[in-house]
Amino acid sequence: MAQAHAHEASKYYIPHGSPWPIYAAVTLFTVMLGAVSTLNEWLPAYSLIPGFVMLVFLFIFWFRTVIGESQAGIYNAGVDRSFRLGMMWFIFSEVMFFAAFFGALFYARTLVVPWLAGDGTKYLTKLLLWKDYQGGWPTNGPASISPRANGSFETIPALGLPAVNTAILLTSGVTITIAHHALLTGHRTRLAIFLAATFLLGFTFVGLQATEYHEAYTELGLQLGTGIYGSTFFMLTGFHGLHVTIGAIMLVVIWFRVLNGHFTPKSHFAFEGVAWYWHFVDVVWLGLFIFVYWL
Amino acid sequence: MAYASTAHDAHDDHHDQPVKGFKRWLYATNHKDIGTMYLVFAMIMFFVGGFMAMLIRAELFKPGLQLMQPEFFNQMTTNHALVMIFGAVMPAFVGLANWMIPLQVGAPDMALPRMNNLSFWILPFAFTLLLGTFFVPGGMPAGGWTMYPPLILQTGAAFPMLIFAVHLMGASSIMGAINVIVTILNMRTPAMTLLKMPLFAWTWLITAYLLIAVMPVLAGAVTMLLTDHFFGTSFFNAAGGGDPLMFEHIFWFFGHPEVYIMILPAFGIISEILPTFSRKPLFGATSMIYAVASIAFLSFIVWGHHMFADGMPMAAQLFFMMSTMLIAVPTGVKVFNWTATMWRGSLSFEPPMLFAIGFLFMFSIGGFSGLMLAIVPADFQYQNSYFVVAHFHYVLVPGAIFGIMAAVYYWLPKWTGVMYSMTLAKWHFWLSTVFVNVLFFPQHFLGLAGMPRRIPDYAVQFADWNMVSSIGGFGFGLSQLLFAYLVIRCMRGEGKKATAAVWDGAMQHGLEWTLPSPPPYHSFTTPPDLPHQVHL
Repeated sequence: MAQAHAHEASKYYIPHGSPWPIYAAVTLFTVMLGAVSTLNEWLPAYSLIPGFVMLVFLFIFWFRTVIGESQAGIYNAGVDRSFRLGMMWFIFSEVMFFAAFFGALFYARTLVVPWLAGDGTKYLTKLLLWKDYQGGWPTNGPASISPRANGSFETIPALGLPAVNTAILLTSGVTITIAHHALLTGHRTRLAIFLAATFLLGFTFVGLQATEYHEAYTELGLQLGTGIYGSTFFMLTGFHGLHVTIGAIMLVVIWFRVLNGHFTPKSHFAFEGVAWYWHFVDVVWLGLFIFVYWL
Repeated sequence: MAYASTAHDAHDDHHDQPVKGFKRWLYATNHKDIGTMYLVFAMIMFFVGGFMAMLIRAELFKPGLQLMQPEFFNQMTTNHALVMIFGAVMPAFVGLANWMIPLQVGAPDMALPRMNNLSFWILPFAFTLLLGTFFVPGGMPAGGWTMYPPLILQTGAAFPMLIFAVHLMGASSIMGAINVIVTILNMRTPAMTLLKMPLFAWTWLITAYLLIAVMPVLAGAVTMLLTDHFFGTSFFNAAGGGDPLMFEHIFWFFGHPEVYIMILPAFGIISEILPTFSRKPLFGATSMIYAVASIAFLSFIVWGHHMFADGMPMAAQLFFMMSTMLIAVPTGVKVFNWTATMWRGSLSFEPPMLFAIGFLFMFSIGGFSGLMLAIVPADFQYQNSYFVVAHFHYVLVPGAIFGIMAAVYYWLPKWTGVMYSMTLAKWHFWLSTVFVNVLFFPQHFLGLAGMPRRIPDYAVQFADWNMVSSIGGFGFGLSQLLFAYLVIRCMRGEGKKATAAVWDGAMQHGLEWTLPSPPPYHSFTTPPDLPHQVHL
């Protein structure tokens, strides 16, 4: 690698200035201002619209620039390696983001709830505060916070929809690998078909999650505000669903690029970046399935 | 700005000149331009946060409420911390990384220049959001920079602005960190194996890893605050089965590595400067790298020492106490090696060296008071007192900030091509050093005597040392105007021309000194060989 690096480096690629980063900063600021105005009830929720419209344009414009440069063959192997490393470390940061919420789940379940139920030295506190609280998991806390009048709620059994969703995501991990091999061996039709299968599975997953959420909200008494169970359940699965949606959109983008003849067996960073991202959401789901739904 | 005027004559054969006008800065992809913007931004925030500190010290000059309401005092302590940490120290280090890492590893630029631009330009917007809270109903956040619930949930309209500002700062830091790692791993000149890499690049590599590991955790923690406040979740609400203490665990899982994020690059800077002005190689360079890596690893398993008094099982207290004390071992290795580097060296005391030696002594004071705080039963006495304030200001001001100033004095002639006034810079060092001790040393006594932190008023028994401390504070604050003056003069290109090596002993220590001062707009267009005399 060192020698290859030295050889190519004489034609280091340094991108020219670009308006998109500063436009991205302004976009983020606009999104935040919209969110602040909405949450503080200074403006109705449509104050979020300008930010999100700008966000859509941001991705269109910035991606168009980068894809154009990539297709023009401006990027060399060194740039490609930088992109790969950047994507890997970005995914690591995402892993740590989910770690915070998994940490909250484990801490609440194994420490907080037993303490609230009077475990060990906490018994006097329990007598003083919530002497009838028994703890256990799932729980919506000593105050039984729930949309139902009697404070009860039900959970989603792991072996129903969640198991189906697990099968769907795992299958999509297989299909994208088949697509990757097809790309490497130059089978473009197979590549396009299996890539399409991957994002269709992804969107199916999101659709099923939406059904599940609907059922939880309307029939199970399980909402975001349903105590610590509802909080951890919806924040974990919600952020995961958001990431699946983003990943599926990325898959659609590279699918269109495939249809337009982009990517070669040697140069296809965007494809691999998306594939890694897809495997990442897959692995997070396995964690969710085991620790949120199953155990 | 600075090197713009002189850049052409340094390398007139180079076709890549900075573009003219505002686009150079708004659309910037050049590591030097972006580094300059980071450093200028950090300097502005240093004075904004410093102004808040002056207000705090003015209020504490005498017992009794003097100038402001307690609510406003709390807003000042909270935002002084947020501005100094996220606005001054961290951006200053990222600015130094931008400027120096490509120069030190022999690269033309940072690996991902457009992301570099974005990670800088997010910051002014993030701080607009944070400082804008001054103008909203309820005023600025006042629950402390650690944002503990349930108190922070009582913040007024500033609350979502605080949360989103933290999100933006986190995004900026993560992108900056990814860029540093990718630059070091992918753009390094092939001749430079990892163990031959300068210590500043090494410490930044490890710092960047810490940033990517913990900034998302902070983002998660403040997101939970946001949903607890607005969307009815129960993460930090015991009635729903949550726990306010859980926030502290998540926060300090971020917070302790964050402490090292603010000091490890300074370690790297000191490891660059001491060898140059001792005219000796760094003693035990490889062990310095392993020491930094050990400190980074340990930083993940010590967070509990920030919350001993909150209540946690005895086993957890013991674990966190022991692991915290373990940090003294690699830190001891570093202090020993720095001292050994100077041992029998041909020392000379130019301003960067003065700041480096000041760092060595005063950071060690902060380190020792840290060891005292690590002892659980002792911490029960010291916690929440001015002793803690004295401790972390010793590691952050004559630690991190002196490190940044040492770096600026060391590399400013390289960046701008002109030398500052040695005499004034030495004045700046001596004024800063005297006043910083007048400012913070008495706070140890105040804390041990029982004065709690974060209060606008105090019992009369604390009056004398508070007045001394405030005088030190005003003196330190005023001395920094000298620093600004010296930097601005250099940026305007006023002063004696600097040579490529700048310092007498520098030629031995790093690729940056092989380039002219100021260096060409794109630092190394082909990977340089390491001249054989260049070593750590």
